[in-house]
Amino acid sequence: MFSNKYIFTYAAVMVTVVAVILSSAATLLQPLQEKNEKIEKMSGILASAELKPAEKSEMLKTYNEKIVEEWVINTDGEIVSKYKDGEFVKGDFRAFDIKLEDELHKLDQMEKGKDVEPHFPIYIAKNDGERIFIIPVRGKGLWGPIWGNVALKNDFRTIVGTTFGHKSETPGLGAEIANKPFQNQFIGKTIFNEDYEFTSIEVVKGGVENSNVDPKHGVDAISGGTITSNGVSSMLKEVLSVYKPFVKKHII
Amino acid sequence: MAADNMKEPLFSAKNRKLLSTPLGRENPITVQVLGICSALAVTAKLEPSVVMALSVVAVMGIGNTVISLLRNTVPPRIRIIVQLTVIASLVILVDQVLKAIAYDVSKQLSVFVGLIITNCIIMGRFEAFGMSNKPWPSFLDGIGNAMGYGWILIAVGFVRELLGSGTLYGFQVIPQAFYDAGYVDNGMAILPPMALIIVGAIIWIQRYKDRELIEEN
Repeated sequence: MFSNKYIFTYAAVMVTVVAVILSSAATLLQPLQEKNEKIEKMSGILASAELKPAEKSEMLKTYNEKIVEEWVINTDGEIVSKYKDGEFVKGDFRAFDIKLEDELHKLDQMEKGKDVEPHFPIYIAKNDGERIFIIPVRGKGLWGPIWGNVALKNDFRTIVGTTFGHKSETPGLGAEIANKPFQNQFIGKTIFNEDYEFTSIEVVKGGVENSNVDPKHGVDAISGGTITSNGVSSMLKEVLSVYKPFVKKHII
Repeated sequence: MAADNMKEPLFSAKNRKLLSTPLGRENPITVQVLGICSALAVTAKLEPSVVMALSVVAVMGIGNTVISLLRNTVPPRIRIIVQLTVIASLVILVDQVLKAIAYDVSKQLSVFVGLIITNCIIMGRFEAFGMSNKPWPSFLDGIGNAMGYGWILIAVGFVRELLGSGTLYGFQVIPQAFYDAGYVDNGMAILPPMALIIVGAIIWIQRYKDRELIEEN
């Protein structure tokens, strides 16, 4: 009933039409999507320090108000760029424009001996005169990437708050890392001990109480979400340890 | 085609039936036992269940109509590929639009995009109905089946979130006093097997009420 020629033409036309529809949709919607992603990033940064505005439309204003400085450091702990009040005090790139995924990849390359220089962001918020450092983190969950922000007090040790997000963790299990009960456990824990030796925060399966992990440096894992919980542990350890040289040079 | 529709009222008894039978007697999940995979995967919480149900309604309503419009031009030998292309592009389109205008919903949905494409109910209806019926009945059939699928999803999500997390749509509903008195959330309810058990219970109740569904032997 249908000739081969018809079938081939039909398939070709269909594929072209679909390609045109999809690519024009993607192109048209891209500016809006990028704006949403930017607001989402700001929302995570602000939320970790409990500074997130109630209204989404206030996000940009609050961000500019509360995040007073953006620093960029290298792996030696030197500050290579400082951005303050809309202009550069030092260097020429904003922490906000850094894609942590790329920098972590570079870090990996560097450890393998390649000649690259990864850069890591620090956001500095001011709340009631207190300085808060906000460090974005990123790692692997069970099904896909997980990420988050850790807000630290002026001593760079004590956690003020955290946020975590994920691409595709299991709802009800691993996805619980994105909810308050899990995140609030981190408040008041410390990522360095008194002598500023790096301890990170361990997410402990079976609960901190029943383990030999110091409760100052541990939180309870999610039951049924072991791999995601371990992912959070190693994400914190890997990314926060990058800031060790910085802490030695500028904090202690 | 338009003339035919003029003669037959839009919501004639026949068309209403297209919408209502998939909710009960021809339910895709409980009677035809299709789409079980996604019913297990997304129902640990109520919110993703609702989002999934709505997205499937959108994809299936539009998809079945598109397939029905194309039905006389589609070469039978590549019809499955054509159906897949329609589903896949619709899902991507829905995802892109949501990302631009309803970012929060899209964050919920992103996990399930793949699952919508693989949902066998959609291709089943395209093949069984859209390919051989007019656009309007196809649209109703798509919506009806998606709703039949959706309400089961929402029912399962409701029970699982209530028993498993003590919350509904993220809000705590089981009072703290219960926990203080020793009540514990049922950990099994958030694991996939519980979805099968609940679907099984729904099938049981449905067959008890509607004896005609019981197979003879």
